[in-house]
Amino acid sequence: MAESELDKVSGKTTTGHQWDGIKELNTPLPRWWLITFYATILWAIGYWVVYPAWPLLWSYTRGALNYSTRAAVAVELANLEKIRGDKMIALGAASLADIEKDPALLALARARGKAAFGDNCAPCHGSGGAGAKGYPNLNDDDWLWGGSLDQIVQTIQFGARSGHTKTHEGAMLAFGKDGILKRDEIGTVANYVRSLSGLSTRQGYDVAAGAKIFAENCTSCHGEAGNGNQELGAPNLTDKIWLYGSEEATLIETITNGRAGVMPAWVGRLDPSTIKALAVYVHTLGGGK
Amino acid sequence: MNKIVQINPDQVEDVGSLYAARKKVYPQSVFGTFRRIKWGLMAFCLGVYYLLPFVRWNRGLGAPDQAVLIDLPNSRFYFFFIELWPQEVYYFTGLLIIAALTLFLMNSVGGRIWCGYLCPQTVWTDLFYAVERLIEGDRRERMRKAASADPLKLERISEIMLKHSNWLLIAWWTGGAWVLYFTDAPTLVKELVTFQAPAIAYIWIAILTATTYLLAGFMREQVCVYMCPWPRIQAALTDEWALNVTYRYDRGEKRRSVKKANELRALGLPAGDCVNCYQCVAACPTGIDIRNGPQIDCIQCGLCIDACDNVMKKIGRPTRLIGYDNDINIQRRMAGKPPIYGIVRPRTIIYTALIALVGGIMLYALLTRSLLDINVLHDRNPVAVKLSDGSIRNAYTVRFLNKRGFDRVVTIDVDGPPYAVLHVVGDDSITPDRPMVVLGRDSTTELRVLVTAPSEKNPERSIPIKFRITDIGLGEVAFAIDNFVLP
Repeated sequence: MAESELDKVSGKTTTGHQWDGIKELNTPLPRWWLITFYATILWAIGYWVVYPAWPLLWSYTRGALNYSTRAAVAVELANLEKIRGDKMIALGAASLADIEKDPALLALARARGKAAFGDNCAPCHGSGGAGAKGYPNLNDDDWLWGGSLDQIVQTIQFGARSGHTKTHEGAMLAFGKDGILKRDEIGTVANYVRSLSGLSTRQGYDVAAGAKIFAENCTSCHGEAGNGNQELGAPNLTDKIWLYGSEEATLIETITNGRAGVMPAWVGRLDPSTIKALAVYVHTLGGGK
Repeated sequence: MNKIVQINPDQVEDVGSLYAARKKVYPQSVFGTFRRIKWGLMAFCLGVYYLLPFVRWNRGLGAPDQAVLIDLPNSRFYFFFIELWPQEVYYFTGLLIIAALTLFLMNSVGGRIWCGYLCPQTVWTDLFYAVERLIEGDRRERMRKAASADPLKLERISEIMLKHSNWLLIAWWTGGAWVLYFTDAPTLVKELVTFQAPAIAYIWIAILTATTYLLAGFMREQVCVYMCPWPRIQAALTDEWALNVTYRYDRGEKRRSVKKANELRALGLPAGDCVNCYQCVAACPTGIDIRNGPQIDCIQCGLCIDACDNVMKKIGRPTRLIGYDNDINIQRRMAGKPPIYGIVRPRTIIYTALIALVGGIMLYALLTRSLLDINVLHDRNPVAVKLSDGSIRNAYTVRFLNKRGFDRVVTIDVDGPPYAVLHVVGDDSITPDRPMVVLGRDSTTELRVLVTAPSEKNPERSIPIKFRITDIGLGEVAFAIDNFVLP
């Protein structure tokens, strides 16, 4: 290795390294850069001591502060509940009818209800409550179990056919599968049911027979005119809204196999004021009675 | 083949450092016309800045009574009779455009008069120089004190401390005035002195105290010469007609002593008026010699004009050897023609017209702006709902804006789908067909509005729907257009 020497052009010293007559100028890392670099190393060591850092076989080093993001989240959630608490108490104390009349409480209930709806109800009823086949649309004015605020609260609390002791009971029987009605009878009554809400019917079907079958088998739940019965969750057959569809084939399927959609009971899973907020939210989607 | 050039390191010339150290400037005090204008403008600008937050303006009960207030928590800007909402931020855009055009107009008339008279950097630096002069004496004394190698005596130390504490006091007052624009000034002053004010107020005061102290006390003309972009932009925007502070070398050259010049004049020979007294250089706050011609360091404050005029009066020569002028006129005078001061030129006319246009648009927009507004957002999920009787319902989130300082009642109508029925969720209107809602003063109200229409009357998939609100007292109307869609 050659000696370090002064390079006249640049005014810098060389490192003494030399390759084929080419000399390397000595340009060390800037002092501030090095100091920063060493500082980061020191920082890292401090971090190891204070915070969780090293994975062990079955655990990890916990650090002097015993810090845990999980614990931090728990604290924040507790704080959030505390902040919400006061407002939610006001919501819990107000009667359902009063909530809708007070703009501030209504806004709070709708906001809380919307959030709770997204977390709990949207998987079946859709994020906007528009429903799907077999899952009622909550925006319309057709209610299986009633659309008043109290009735909505009841349904949310105990569900439908959920197994809860207070749940809504009552199901569409499997008239075909259980041998109550024959195939051709089911076809006839399906056409009759279609005619109740003004839908087209198969040409030449026996209206009188259809009416007779309906009167003998269906009126106990759906009523003599087919207007349904919210006590039993029997849909109104005379309106334009069909939970499973209004096609002849769909109706035959419904009558043959029955229907018994399930909504879980939310009492115990959601606190009362959240259920209240949910009810107000659903009620104000547009269809509330 | 290219010849390989060999550089002999021994022949490389050492040019030394390209860095030039700053020469500290010690401006001499001056008396005269432009100095008086500067004092006047400084008093005006600082007066407005420091006192404006305390001006009151009655806006009625519940509204802030500060004439100029930037109310960030409530997103409101108050300026005397004007109250702006965040969505009206375009007025500030207009204001900035006018400010830029005014700067350009000033530039095409009188060069960098903004820099010389109105720029905060100049105004505060001027104030700090005044304090420095009052405490440490004028140019020569300050230079002597700075150059003195004697150990510091108590008198000198107290002088320095007095100067800096005064500077800090002004800087602190500057930062203090700034925060007063953001909340009720008298209340904040009370809180500040009792140490009850929010931390953010103290932080901002500290920041602005530091910037004022550094910029006006230490960096001074370096801000103008090295930091500010305006001299560069100005140089690109200016033309040969702009009246800059100019040394009239047609009159001044050749420079001679008073005695020599008088001798020459006695013989009827021409003699320059400049007597090389260097008063213009001594007075200059950026430390330049204006006789070298236009230069980027010149902020065109006109103090050299005052300094020169005082000398010219003493030696009995006409004043304004230095004045607001341009090279064209110097050339014309040398050619024996009268000077032309072309203030009215295409560019000044265009700038003035543009300022008038933008100002006119803003004024028109301000006078005709709606104090009642409505925004409509159609529900996306579901966009439409079929009801049990077959009719169609669309739901909308409607936001009403009432910019007036009092509550008012509006009615809502819709035009669009035939036989449409309107319902406001949670509203118990006594007129259900034409719901009435109360809008709180100076706020927005959000409501959910349901529109239901029979489907057989509406064969179109999508029908434009117009929401119209009418203030039942004032008759003010606002509307928003959306669509009514079928499932």
